[in-house]
Amino acid sequence: MTSTVTPLSLGEFHHFQTSGVDFLYLVPSGGIFAVSPAGRTAMELLREKPLDADDLLTALVAKGYSAPDAQEAITDLFEARAIRDVRGFEDPPQDPVDNFPLQSLVMNLTNQCNLSCQYCYEFGEDKVATPDGKPKFMSEEVAKASVDHLITSSKGRRAIHITFFGGETLMNFPLLKWVVTYATEQAQLAGQFLDFSLTTNGTLLSPEVIDFLVENSIGVTVSMDGPKEMHDALRVYANGKGSYDVLAPKVKALIAKHSTRPIAARVTLTQQVTSVKDIFHHLKHEMGFAEVGFAPVTAAPDRLYTIGNSSMDRVFEQFKELAVEYRDWAVENRMHGFSNVSDTLAEIHAGINKSHPCGAGLGLVGVGPSGDIAPCHRFVDSDTHALGSVLDGGLDKAKQKEFLDRGHIGAKFDCHTCFARPLCAGGCHHEAFVRYGDTGHPNLHFCDWIRGWTDLCLNIYGEIAVKNPGFLDRFEQRKPLQ
Amino acid sequence: MKHLKAVNKKAHRIEQHAAAVHGDIYGMQQGGPGGAPAARPHYPVGCSIVFSPGWEVDSAGGTAGLCQPAERDLYDCYVTCFWPAQVPDHYNNYPDWTSKCASATKDWRNIELVFP
Repeated sequence: MTSTVTPLSLGEFHHFQTSGVDFLYLVPSGGIFAVSPAGRTAMELLREKPLDADDLLTALVAKGYSAPDAQEAITDLFEARAIRDVRGFEDPPQDPVDNFPLQSLVMNLTNQCNLSCQYCYEFGEDKVATPDGKPKFMSEEVAKASVDHLITSSKGRRAIHITFFGGETLMNFPLLKWVVTYATEQAQLAGQFLDFSLTTNGTLLSPEVIDFLVENSIGVTVSMDGPKEMHDALRVYANGKGSYDVLAPKVKALIAKHSTRPIAARVTLTQQVTSVKDIFHHLKHEMGFAEVGFAPVTAAPDRLYTIGNSSMDRVFEQFKELAVEYRDWAVENRMHGFSNVSDTLAEIHAGINKSHPCGAGLGLVGVGPSGDIAPCHRFVDSDTHALGSVLDGGLDKAKQKEFLDRGHIGAKFDCHTCFARPLCAGGCHHEAFVRYGDTGHPNLHFCDWIRGWTDLCLNIYGEIAVKNPGFLDRFEQRKPLQ
Repeated sequence: MKHLKAVNKKAHRIEQHAAAVHGDIYGMQQGGPGGAPAARPHYPVGCSIVFSPGWEVDSAGGTAGLCQPAERDLYDCYVTCFWPAQVPDHYNNYPDWTSKCASATKDWRNIELVFP
């Protein structure tokens, strides 16, 4: 090669080292490779300055590698785009195809709740819903139209999914039962596999409800914030009384009886509740949940329950300890149950490279009691974010496009130099709206946290890949059918 | 790729892509890139529903593992195979031609010649 050719320089990747192996996480693609000493040396040389291929080869030979070996190392790195001869950004991920078939429908059966959790985005000042003049409970008519919308909009998919949500989902249990019967029939007619899940605060889990959930293999996620003193800090009734004593025995009864689907706990972390390890221990080992997932509360920065930076650092340290415990279990081929790690490992394993942070408005939509279609359950009954109505013409393609264009990683310039963008893609649309008033704004307040978490999970992935690669087979299917 | 070992699924796809774009095409007996050992050709077990003449020997070089061993040719061309061999017309004239042949590999000698 002559010197008129653009010299080789480093591509975009995140290097990590674990168990004595050097790994490259290639950012534009999401691929993970273990790199040989010769490859590593080539990259160190290019880190100092860009070099022509001939000069790089000569430098590698000078370091003691044979010429064919050095040439092959350069070729391999180039093929994988770990090194490259172009400047500027790689192509952003492709846009989703037109008429992307729907996969999941979240039905907010009611916006009413029997609790008044102080951080709830349904009731807090940060709410995006505009419920005035709209029904609080979904009717059979809206439910039927919602199911029909799912079936007609999911053509070509073998498996589809309905999640029941609220408010408190079980306050509209009669409709839930009706939907399970109707939707199952419709899915059978369409030749599709349909499964159900629901999210509940657990306070209304009667024996009758539990039997129904078991009989119909309905997946259950319980919103629960930990042991009594933590749970009762913010998850309270309207009179201020904590809800732990009401739900704990009911949840235990559910877990004892429901074995067809893993029962998960979903914890909201707030300034008052950040003891991740204690919470996990209680929910996994004392309550008996199969999985426990955590998320920080979504709120404007001036709310009293919003987690401050120092608390987020503390949360990260505890996430890390728990994640390391997960890794040790995985090396011994045991499932730990910290679902934040499982979810991230599944995406790392696939090598996912997201155009959008989640499936909202794409493979997933929410429908509220009014029949309005929202990008997801968090935007239900928000006039500003409605993407049409199941009662009137279905999805509004123009509004959907506007929402998706706004949330596309290509439009988030802050993200373009971040190694975590294939997995993060800027973060939750709803969180962004509450913080910045724009669903397409990157969640900059979480960047350090997300990069730390991504690096941690990459290290864990690498270590499992070295010590117990068979464990990773369980991530072969990203969302396996139950 | 000798200097990069694919770890996750996306990396495997990148590796396959690179091989497809730049790799040579190798005969099955010839060995792969970088002195990799010869990939053993895939011999189907039991063919008779695919177009498969040419499997004269099995992967060990013999005839025992063939989908239609020589001993069974006559019988299987008669019963299960599409291959247009010269066998008696068992639909009309010789329906009992193989009645003494319960197991082709053992009883093939019992199948008698017929003269139309």
